[in-house]
Amino acid sequence: MAITKTETKARAGLDAETLRLMYRHMLRSRLLDERLWVLNRQGRAPFWISGEGHEAVQVAFGMNLRPMHDWVAPYYRDLALTLVLGMTPKDHLLSVLQRADDPNSGGRQMPAHYGCRRLNIISTGSPVGTQLLHAAGLALASRIRGEDAVTFTSIGEGGTSEGDFHEALNFAAIHKLAVIFVVENNGFAISVPWQKQMPTQDVADHAKGYGIPGVIVDGCDAIACYRVAREAVKRARRGDGPTLVEAKVLRLTSHSSDDDQRRYRSAEDLEAQKERDSLLRFKATLEELGVLHPGDAEEMRAELLIELDRATDEAEAAPLPSPDTAMRNVYADEGA
Amino acid sequence: MPLTVTMPQLGESVTEGTIARWLKQPGDAIAKYESIAEVITDKVNAEIPAPADGVMAQVIAPEGTVVPVGQPICSIETSVDASAPAAPSGPEAGVASASAQAEPSATATPPAMSPPQTAQPALSGASAAPQAPTEQSAPGTPEPGAGELAASAQRRGSDDGRPSPSQASAEQASAGQGSDGQASSEQAATRQASDGQAADGNGSAAGYHLTPAVRMLVREHGVDLRELTGSGLGGRITKKDVLEYVQRRDAGSVPQRTPAGASAPATAPAMSPAQMPQPAPSVVPAPAPAPASPAPASVAASITPGEGDTVVPLSQVRRSIAEHMVRSRQTSPHAYVMVEVDMSAVSRIRDREKAAFEQRHGVKLTFLPFVARAVIEALQRFPTLNASWSDAGIVLKRDINLGIAVALEDNLIVPVVRNADRLSIIGLATTMADLGARARSNHLKLDEIQGGTFTLNNTGALGAVMTQAIINQPQAAILTMDMVVKRPVVVGDAIAIRPVMNLGLSFDHRINDGLPATRFITTVQQLLESLDPSGTLV
Amino acid sequence: MAVQTYIEAIHDGIREEMQRDERVMILGEDVGKKGGVFGVTEGLQKEFGEWRVLDSPLAESMIVGVAIGAAMNGMRPIAEIQFQDFIMPAVDQIISEAAKMRYRSNGDWNVPVVVRSPFGGGVHGALYHSQSIEAIFAHIPGLRVVVPSTPYDAKGMIIAAIRCPDPVLYFEHKRAYRAIKGEVPEGDYTVPLDRATTVREGTDIAVFSYGMMVHTALEAVDRLAADGFSCEVTDLRSLRPIDREAIVTSASKCGKVLIVQEANLAVSVASEVAAIIAEDCFDRLDAPVMRIGGPEIPAMPYSPPLEKFYLTTPDKVEAKLRELAAY
Repeated sequence: MAITKTETKARAGLDAETLRLMYRHMLRSRLLDERLWVLNRQGRAPFWISGEGHEAVQVAFGMNLRPMHDWVAPYYRDLALTLVLGMTPKDHLLSVLQRADDPNSGGRQMPAHYGCRRLNIISTGSPVGTQLLHAAGLALASRIRGEDAVTFTSIGEGGTSEGDFHEALNFAAIHKLAVIFVVENNGFAISVPWQKQMPTQDVADHAKGYGIPGVIVDGCDAIACYRVAREAVKRARRGDGPTLVEAKVLRLTSHSSDDDQRRYRSAEDLEAQKERDSLLRFKATLEELGVLHPGDAEEMRAELLIELDRATDEAEAAPLPSPDTAMRNVYADEGA
Repeated sequence: MPLTVTMPQLGESVTEGTIARWLKQPGDAIAKYESIAEVITDKVNAEIPAPADGVMAQVIAPEGTVVPVGQPICSIETSVDASAPAAPSGPEAGVASASAQAEPSATATPPAMSPPQTAQPALSGASAAPQAPTEQSAPGTPEPGAGELAASAQRRGSDDGRPSPSQASAEQASAGQGSDGQASSEQAATRQASDGQAADGNGSAAGYHLTPAVRMLVREHGVDLRELTGSGLGGRITKKDVLEYVQRRDAGSVPQRTPAGASAPATAPAMSPAQMPQPAPSVVPAPAPAPASPAPASVAASITPGEGDTVVPLSQVRRSIAEHMVRSRQTSPHAYVMVEVDMSAVSRIRDREKAAFEQRHGVKLTFLPFVARAVIEALQRFPTLNASWSDAGIVLKRDINLGIAVALEDNLIVPVVRNADRLSIIGLATTMADLGARARSNHLKLDEIQGGTFTLNNTGALGAVMTQAIINQPQAAILTMDMVVKRPVVVGDAIAIRPVMNLGLSFDHRINDGLPATRFITTVQQLLESLDPSGTLV
Repeated sequence: MAVQTYIEAIHDGIREEMQRDERVMILGEDVGKKGGVFGVTEGLQKEFGEWRVLDSPLAESMIVGVAIGAAMNGMRPIAEIQFQDFIMPAVDQIISEAAKMRYRSNGDWNVPVVVRSPFGGGVHGALYHSQSIEAIFAHIPGLRVVVPSTPYDAKGMIIAAIRCPDPVLYFEHKRAYRAIKGEVPEGDYTVPLDRATTVREGTDIAVFSYGMMVHTALEAVDRLAADGFSCEVTDLRSLRPIDREAIVTSASKCGKVLIVQEANLAVSVASEVAAIIAEDCFDRLDAPVMRIGGPEIPAMPYSPPLEKFYLTTPDKVEAKLRELAAY
């Protein structure tokens, strides 16, 4: 059926297949995320820190980057992004269940400390914000070698208070490096609300201070996110320098499995944000656009759950790391 | 088959949870991952998902109960042969600690300048040792005693990076006592301790010890320590000394043994059992003892054991004591003077104060600190009793370093209270108790067994009423305090019962004649007798 | 072989390696146009261009963080921290990130970065231009910490450091820059990053030291030699990993030990050396293990009498050696 101009604009020129894929990526991440919570509440996984509510902007960028060519310095809520780039639910289950074959760290790091050399996702630690400087360095190297790879890096709005955030923007801006700084602003740094984190409402305001474009996007509007991501990546690849993208997202869950946000957020607030969930909205939009037919979403879900259940079983059957391996990989030549 | 669900760990450091509400009742169908209960913990409130498909069988923990992590809360009848939920993964999977660090070193004993010799009751005498260091340290080596190494045997690294100015004199007092076989000790404290104390088997010349390197070399090369002359600090036998000796010996040029004086001390190094597990003799290999013998041994050589007699081999300690006693007698013309002291005043003060004292300071209040205090004051008035003989003149010592004899089963040690004149009775009591304890446990430092200028021997502690000690060289005198005994005395023209103690002074008649010696001892007597019985303890 | 100063040797080592390997780059404050405040990178920007010798903003965390990122993307960066005293803002990047990258990724990622920095005093640098805080880093598994004391070692070790696949902290004693001269071979050679070296053989006292203090120790040792005492001097060169074997060998041989450093003595490299000796050489010791180092004040003060109070001088080392010799 013919697609009207309005519709074209509404879907940012994306064809149905791409839109469906986008939704599938988001759903896949959400299902995995929920499963990891369940494992924690069952007592099988000691810790989980979630990305529920952040999926849209991550998928948008993931689909605009070139896996294994571009560089990624993520932060701990970027589950969806890693899945789009090529990590699997089983990879994440192995990590959360502390297994030896966890590709991020061999069971050495806590969950959500993503890293995968094969996919150019650098290893991340716990100190917040350090990855932004690494991103600037990654981009510097690309620049020196004259490559067209771009570097994606992300952080929560809390992390923008760290010195490294500013030092990274400063340096990247001075040298017009191909870095995209994405701030996934969900309004809370554990329990500290944005009002206590920054003097103005928008992180994107900082961009002006560094002479780079600052773009604000509704992080719950998948298509809008896709549009912004596409533009930022193009900009970087052209050599026009860094962009600061601020995506207003939702933190649908507590900060982590050790936190209970009901103790510092009102029930109304929590209820209200559920309605703005990007997954719900996107599903509605796609059904409206006729990209998703009734039953499609449920079918996708069922399919994804089969993959997820198998991955869960396989990960649970996988071995824990042996203490013999604890001393390895401190220095080179000490690998397995 | 039934599956037991346990309380999960909801948050790090959480140890228990309260069942707030059951969402499923027995008989209800349950899908895997469906929530079955609401739980409250310190950190989070959460819903617990079911581990498998089935039917709720039994609620084990009712609503409102507090359940520790890992304990059962309900059971589910499952259709499958489901395995129980995996145990909460945790740190037990853990990381092994990797490299074996080096084992802690075998010996914790600090190189305690193992209590130098011992002379019989009451003194640690370093026999010839006192002279040895001063003689031997002269050639070629910087003055011993300079800097922090000399100051204490258990030196820690200096954190201020500067040499400390403390001087340690290399002198060592030695003395011996007449052969009564009394072992005196510091009053009650000593009496208690010596009951349980094993023999140290220490023997040594004053002021030095064997470092690990020396012990190892001695063992490896089968060296008789008596053959060695120490060139290190305080007469210490150094590694170099051993190596040079071995070199000379192997080249066939071992020097002859010199008469008792100079070499004797060098042959009586300390080897406390704490440092060397083997009994002393095993360190000295068989052939060695034969050639070496000072005067005492030569006398012994002329006595042949008869049938039925037992020959007790001479330990290092025994040889050392023997040498010291002989030398002291040969050096100082000994003369004696004795007084009786009425200890009523002291007794009264002590009786009144002793309970509180022990409670506050943790040590018993004996007669010893009172006598020590009186001795110190008397020494201040009669400096020639706190002196040494030299050909250049009588050396009046500036410091009053009071040696207090400690008797052990097979050894005598004289720990020294340095600058004793700066201590009150309380200070003397606690210091002497501490030194005594560490003497018995072999933890004295170098400067605590060196440098004494006068020796006090509490021979009364074991019941003697009159003793004559041998001077601890190179001091001018030694004072014994015998047992405090109630005796009838004449007061005015009446007979009264008083606690009486004999004080006995042995003095070197080269340095002091009878007049100053007697004045000294009667001063001590008067100081003790004139104590104000109602006075406070200072 | 030419005789060069310590600073010339470092300069040449960097330059030659940059000529050989186009991945090698330098970033730091004033490294480019000025050639470094001491002149270590003199002329390099002209030769290799602004991208490979990059004048950085005044932000130490950035200098090291960017170097880490570039290293993970195929470069071999040399990050310069202008004075070791200013390395503190970069400690998170060095210790949390660089040191742990290989371990936390289980061998997937590594960080071939060199962080160079001048340290040490005796140059009227006062509290914030004289510090010796290498012990902080020597404590951290995953890092390498080296301190050359001669021009020969300086060149060989900077080349080895650049080639090393793991992060190397390369500390240069600023007083050595122009004061220490020595023979340096031309061309490509390396000195191992994990080995100490004996700079003077001896029998009576084993002396351990690093950096400028090696020269201070040698001066004191020479004075004792005149009096017939033979001291063996070992230059540690590598503070992490520390050459345990060399330490144990020399300490066992001599039996008496003095560890000499300029840094504050407590909880220092000297403490670690002393502990190793206590563990492994106990039966060979003929005296307590001695250390000499800076006093318990935060850093070296400005005024000469105060600076001298802090410094470990040949006189102080000599006095300590004589004490040990007499023991």
